[in-house]
Amino acid sequence: MKNRPSAPWLNWKKPSEIIKMLDKYTYTEKKATRKGFGEAMVELGRENTDIVALCADLAGSLQLGKFIDSFPDRFFQVGVAEANMIGIAAGLATAGKIPFASTFANFATGRVYDQIRQSVAYSQKNVKICASHAGLTLGEDGATHQILEDIGLMKMLPGMVVINPADFNQTKKATKAIADHDGPVYLRFGRPGWPVFIPEDEPFVIGKGWKLNEGGDVTIVATGHMLWYAVEASRRLATEGIHADLINIHTIKPLDSAIILESVAKTGRCVVAEEHQKFGGLGESVAGLLAESNPVPMEFVAVKDKFGESGKVTELLEKYGLSIEAIYAAAKKALKR
Amino acid sequence: MEITELKRIASQVRRDIIRQTYQAQSGHPGGSLGCADFLTTLYFEFLNHNTDFSMEGKGEDLFFLSNGHISPLWYSILARAGYFEIDELNTFRKINSRLQGHPATHEGLPGVRIASGSLGQGLSVAIGTALAKKLDGDTKTVFVLTGDGELQEGQVWEAAMFAAHHKVDNLIAVVDWNGQQIDGPNDKVISLGDLNAKWASFGWKVLEMNGHDYTSMIRTLRIALTFKQQGQPIVILMRTEMGRGVDYMEGTHEWHGKPPNEEQAQRALAQLEETLGDY
Repeated sequence: MKNRPSAPWLNWKKPSEIIKMLDKYTYTEKKATRKGFGEAMVELGRENTDIVALCADLAGSLQLGKFIDSFPDRFFQVGVAEANMIGIAAGLATAGKIPFASTFANFATGRVYDQIRQSVAYSQKNVKICASHAGLTLGEDGATHQILEDIGLMKMLPGMVVINPADFNQTKKATKAIADHDGPVYLRFGRPGWPVFIPEDEPFVIGKGWKLNEGGDVTIVATGHMLWYAVEASRRLATEGIHADLINIHTIKPLDSAIILESVAKTGRCVVAEEHQKFGGLGESVAGLLAESNPVPMEFVAVKDKFGESGKVTELLEKYGLSIEAIYAAAKKALKR
Repeated sequence: MEITELKRIASQVRRDIIRQTYQAQSGHPGGSLGCADFLTTLYFEFLNHNTDFSMEGKGEDLFFLSNGHISPLWYSILARAGYFEIDELNTFRKINSRLQGHPATHEGLPGVRIASGSLGQGLSVAIGTALAKKLDGDTKTVFVLTGDGELQEGQVWEAAMFAAHHKVDNLIAVVDWNGQQIDGPNDKVISLGDLNAKWASFGWKVLEMNGHDYTSMIRTLRIALTFKQQGQPIVILMRTEMGRGVDYMEGTHEWHGKPPNEEQAQRALAQLEETLGDY
């Protein structure tokens, strides 16, 4: 382990206390992140009459049933016509409404990139693009639907906020938070049941990362579903006496540079884990930040320039290198560099 | 307003179009000239609007320009209507200007509510504002102008299907039916077929008018307004001539996106009376 910095953090907390910090993150149930979106929408509908929802023939998958039952006048079914949905959302926002336009991530981004670019982002419209079934964890439907490029597409648009929450609780909070943000947002979540491990009282602030573990050996930055795997990988590292500084970046843009730079100044190495292509993902944003401010060895746990395929969620994550083992191995590799 | 007065405004607007595209040595004079009579009529005779601009436009009629490339026309109309000083037309397509090549909200130009230029998106946006007006109990009307070549975009027909299904009956779409697009006549590029039957079969109330005959336009727009709130969106197929008012630009697609040179600009301006004073 060359270039290893000294370890002043060990004065702050004893290793046993650090391990205890991770103990906080366990789960008793699995729930899909999209369910958090659906629950939050009902609360938002109750709290603010300007909230409207649109969907392109996937209202069931997006968990919008209760919103539709509760606020039928404020739901617009657009059918299988995503381009039109984005345009209508831009119009609703122009007239002062807060539209949540929702469908699968593939159809919410790649299919309608120009509509989002011109009518939403360039026109600075207060539209929330809410995208479910992102990434490999969509599963058996295969690569036609498993978009792994959406974070890159959306983060390149000037002014677009990009958020990828990690569990049910965080998705619910993120959905509520973006209603209060004036401007375009891309909110990305997923299909499968996933561990609910983030405490309900954990605050959610757009653009603010937070730490699940303090350690001085390696920085691990994770977003979306991969955060749970990063917790498990950090636990495994801790049993070997390797203490990860584990950061959750739910807001990929604007990126919380401060929390990453502070951590990397301490650890001198960084692993980024995400359910997305390496090209265009969170890892690339972090790499850009570190290249400018503090170049250190980095490892990327992401899909490496490949399309996915049909399969079960765990099989797919394993095959495409998005496993607990992959994050653990990446941290070990970073420590050796 | 008297028709003679509308015609006087349109003549000045046409001068503004020629002078902007000449000064910028870029832009789209053909379609702009073709829609000058219509947009003059709409803004100065029909639109209930407030030049003290508010983005949301609550309690106002709204206008959206989907075929954003005819921006020199819209900028002239907005300036002549009082949204901003006419001197600002000098900045058309120049660096640090609010008068972008295609209309944008980004620089905060009053009167513009959405960027347009990439075609086929304006009808959807107009529908969105029309839905918001319904939610707000606002009985004013949303107007949108689209090109004819633009109807080749699939999104237009997604929007057409939606508006009929959801009974968006506070919306009047106008198609600039000049039969021309960049690469040539519609019928050579991709034929639009029977446009009247197409819109009717999508569930729209279809009207037709001559976009240079003020009596026809005023009558048809009045009729269109009587069809509001009757469960159907309304479209007016407007026959126009590209380049109208400048003899050598009339009826050809060649001036779709080409500015006049100095001699051509002088020839054009000699045909257009300066009625309200050049900017």
